Amino acid sequence: MSATTTARPAMSVAARLRRRRWYQQPRWQRLFAMVVLALVMTQVTGAQGVRGDLFAALQDNFTGTGLWIWLAIFVGIWLVREFLGEPLGRYASLAGRQVTGPARRVGDLVRGNRLYRWGGLALLLAFLIVLPLMVSTFWQQVMVDQVGMYVMVALGLNVVIGWAGMLDLGFIAFFAIGAYSAAYWTGGLPVDPPFEVNNFLAIPLAMVTCLIAGVLLGAPTLRLRGDYLAIVTLGFHEIVYLLAKNWSEFTGGTRGAPGLDRFSVDLGFWSYKWELDPQPYYWLQLGLVVVVLALFLRLEHSRVGRAWTAIREDEVAAAATGVNTVRFKLLAFAIGASTSGIAGVAYASKQGFINPEQFVVLMSVLALSYVVFGGMGSIPGVLLGTAILVWLPERLRDTVDPQDRFMYLGGLLVIMMIYRPQGLWPSKRRQHELKMAETGTGGADALGAQPGGGQA
Amino acid sequence: MSVSDIWDVLVLGVVLGSLYAVIAIGYTLVYGVLQLLNFAHSEVFMSGGYGGVIALTLVEPVADPSGLQSFGYVILGICAGALLGGLVAFGLEKAAYLPLRRRNAPRLVFLITAIGASFFLYNLAGKLFGRYPMPMPTMYENRKLFEIFGTSVSVTQLIIVVTALVMLLLVDFVVNRTKLGSGIRAVAQDPEVASLMGVNIDRVVSRTFVLGGLMGGVAGFLFGTNLQVEYTMGFLPGITAFAAAVLGGIGNVRGAMLGGLTLGVVEAFTVELWGDAWRYVGAFAVLILVLMFRPTGILGERVGRTA
Repeated sequence: MSATTTARPAMSVAARLRRRRWYQQPRWQRLFAMVVLALVMTQVTGAQGVRGDLFAALQDNFTGTGLWIWLAIFVGIWLVREFLGEPLGRYASLAGRQVTGPARRVGDLVRGNRLYRWGGLALLLAFLIVLPLMVSTFWQQVMVDQVGMYVMVALGLNVVIGWAGMLDLGFIAFFAIGAYSAAYWTGGLPVDPPFEVNNFLAIPLAMVTCLIAGVLLGAPTLRLRGDYLAIVTLGFHEIVYLLAKNWSEFTGGTRGAPGLDRFSVDLGFWSYKWELDPQPYYWLQLGLVVVVLALFLRLEHSRVGRAWTAIREDEVAAAATGVNTVRFKLLAFAIGASTSGIAGVAYASKQGFINPEQFVVLMSVLALSYVVFGGMGSIPGVLLGTAILVWLPERLRDTVDPQDRFMYLGGLLVIMMIYRPQGLWPSKRRQHELKMAETGTGGADALGAQPGGGQA
Repeated sequence: MSVSDIWDVLVLGVVLGSLYAVIAIGYTLVYGVLQLLNFAHSEVFMSGGYGGVIALTLVEPVADPSGLQSFGYVILGICAGALLGGLVAFGLEKAAYLPLRRRNAPRLVFLITAIGASFFLYNLAGKLFGRYPMPMPTMYENRKLFEIFGTSVSVTQLIIVVTALVMLLLVDFVVNRTKLGSGIRAVAQDPEVASLMGVNIDRVVSRTFVLGGLMGGVAGFLFGTNLQVEYTMGFLPGITAFAAAVLGGIGNVRGAMLGGLTLGVVEAFTVELWGDAWRYVGAFAVLILVLMFRPTGILGERVGRTA
C-alpha cells in the first residue's frame, strides 16, 4: 500500500547523487566563463598600452564603457542560451535546411555538369583577369604584394598541413630561402654567383634549393613523432632568420639586398620588363598561381594524393598496405617547401629588395591562419581564406590598430579550432575525417596518437 | 679561452640552464599527461614576468632596501609570477584545450590551437602593457656576492639558481610523492585505466597545467630580474626549454632538469665562442642532433615509466 501512496517516484541513488542544488548547477559556471570572456574581450578591444605607465591601458579598459557593452553582450548570450536555447535551436536548424537545401541543389547541378563546371571556372578566371582594372591602385598593390604572394604560400602550406596532415611552422623560412636564392642567382647578394640568370630561371633553382633544405630538415624529424616536426620547423625558421641577419658576407645582413633585378623576358624579337606598376605583376602572379593550381588539382587525386589521404586517415593501416609513409610525408614536405620557394622568388623580384625582417616567424603563423581559416585540404577554401584574411585587415586599417592584427589572428585560430576545425569552405573528405577522428576512427593527421588520452 | 674564462661561462650557463630546467618542466608535464606540445607555455612564462613587474610596481620598492625588505620583494615577485603564470595556464586549459579534449579532437587541431593561443596571448600582453622592454623594479643592490674558482657570483645569479633548485625539488616531490603526482603518473601511463581506477582525468590535467604554469611563471619572473620583461620574451626561451625537454626525454621530469642545465651550458659556450647573435642556434642544433641520434632523449621518455 505504501508504495502506491508515494507521490513522487523514488529517485535512484545515482540520480540523488547527481542532483544539484540551484547554485551548484553548471549554468553558473557558464555564466562565470561568460563574464571572464567579456573581461578578456574588453582588454582585446580596449586601449593600447602607454610607455612609462604600466596600468594605463588596464585603467582605461576597466573604467570605460567598453566593459559594460561586452558584459551586456556576453551575459545576453548566456541568457539566450540558457533559457531560449531549445526553441531558437529548432528554428535555426529549420531555417538552415531551407537555405542549404536549394544551395546544395545548385551546387550538385554545377558539379554534375561538365559544361557548367568548366564554364563557371572560366568565368571566374575571366573575372580575376579583369579585376585589377576595376579597383584603385591601393587595392592593386594589396592584391599583388599580399594576396598574390600569400595565395602561393598558402597553396604550398595546404599540401603539408591539409593533405599530408603535418604541421609546418617554418614555412616562411622556405619562402626566405626562395627569395635569397633569387637574389643570389640574379647577382643581388654581396657574393657573386657562378653565372647570373634571369628571374624566371631562378624559379627552378630556388625550388631545388628549397627542396634540398626541406628534405634535409624533414628526413631526421619525420621518422619520429609528427608533432616534433612543428617545433623543429619553428626552430629552423629562427635559424634561417638569424643566418639571414648575421651572415652579412653572404646575405648582406640586416641591410638586406637592395636593388634586385625584376622579372624580364627577352626573346630576341620581343622583350618585356616588369616595372613598378602592379598590374602586369598581377597577371604574372595569376599565371604562376594558375599553373601551380592546375598541378595541385591533378596531384590531389593522383597516386601520391591518395597515399596522403591514406596516411591521414590511418597511418598504421596505410603502412601495412604498402604505403611508404615516411617517403610520402617527406614528399609532401618537399613539395610544400618548393612552392614556398616559388613565392619567394616572385616576392623578391617584385619588391626589388629583401631584408631579414620580411621573413619573421609571425609570417609563418599568418600563412597558417590563412589555410586553417579557409579550410585545410580544400583548394577553394585556401584561396577564399587567404583573400578574406588579407582583405579584412586592409579594410579595417583605419578602425583597428594594425599592430593588433596578430592578436586577432591568434584568437581566430583558437576559435576556428574549437567551433569549425574544417574551415570556411571545407573539403568534404577532410570534414568527414575530422568527424571520424572525433568518434575514434583514424587520426585525420599524420602525427600519431591523439592527445588527451581518449574521451575526457 | 683560459681556465677562468671557462668557469665564467659555466656559471652563466648554470644560471641560464636552471631557468630552462624550470620552464622545461611545464612542457614535459603537459606532454606526459596529454601528449601535447603546449606551444603556449612560452606565454605562461612571459606572463610570469609581467606578474612580477605588476606586483613590484604596485608596492613600489623603497630606494635603499634593507636585507629583509629585499628578501620580501623577491618573495613577492616570485609569488606574483607564479600566480599569474598559474592563472594563465589554468585559463588556457579551460578555454582552449578542454573543449577539444571533450570532442576528442585530432592532434593537429590541438597544435594549431596551441600556436594560436600563444600568438593571442603575447600580442594581448604587448597591447596592454606596451610593446617595449621594461626592467624589473630594483629590489636589491645587485652586487658581487662571492667567488668560485675566480668567478664572481652576483645576487641575481644566486637567487635564480637557488629558487630554481627549490622549485625543481618541489616539483620532483609533488610528482613522486603526492596523490596529485600519482594521478599525473597514472594518466601519463594509461588514461583509460587511470579513469577506471577512479582518477578524475579532467582534474589531473587541469592541475598539471597549473603546476607547469606555476613553474613557468616563477621562471618568467627570474628571467625578468636577470634581463628584462617584454611581450616577446617567451618565444626563444620557450623553444629552448622545449628542446631541453626533448633532450632529457620528453615526459620525464628529471630529464627536463638535466636537459635544461645542459642546454644552458651549451648556450653560454655558444655565445662565448661565436658571439651573441648565435645564442639560440646552439640549442636548435642540439635539438636536431638529438632527434637524429637519440630521439628518446638522455633519460628516456614518459612520466609514468621513469619518474
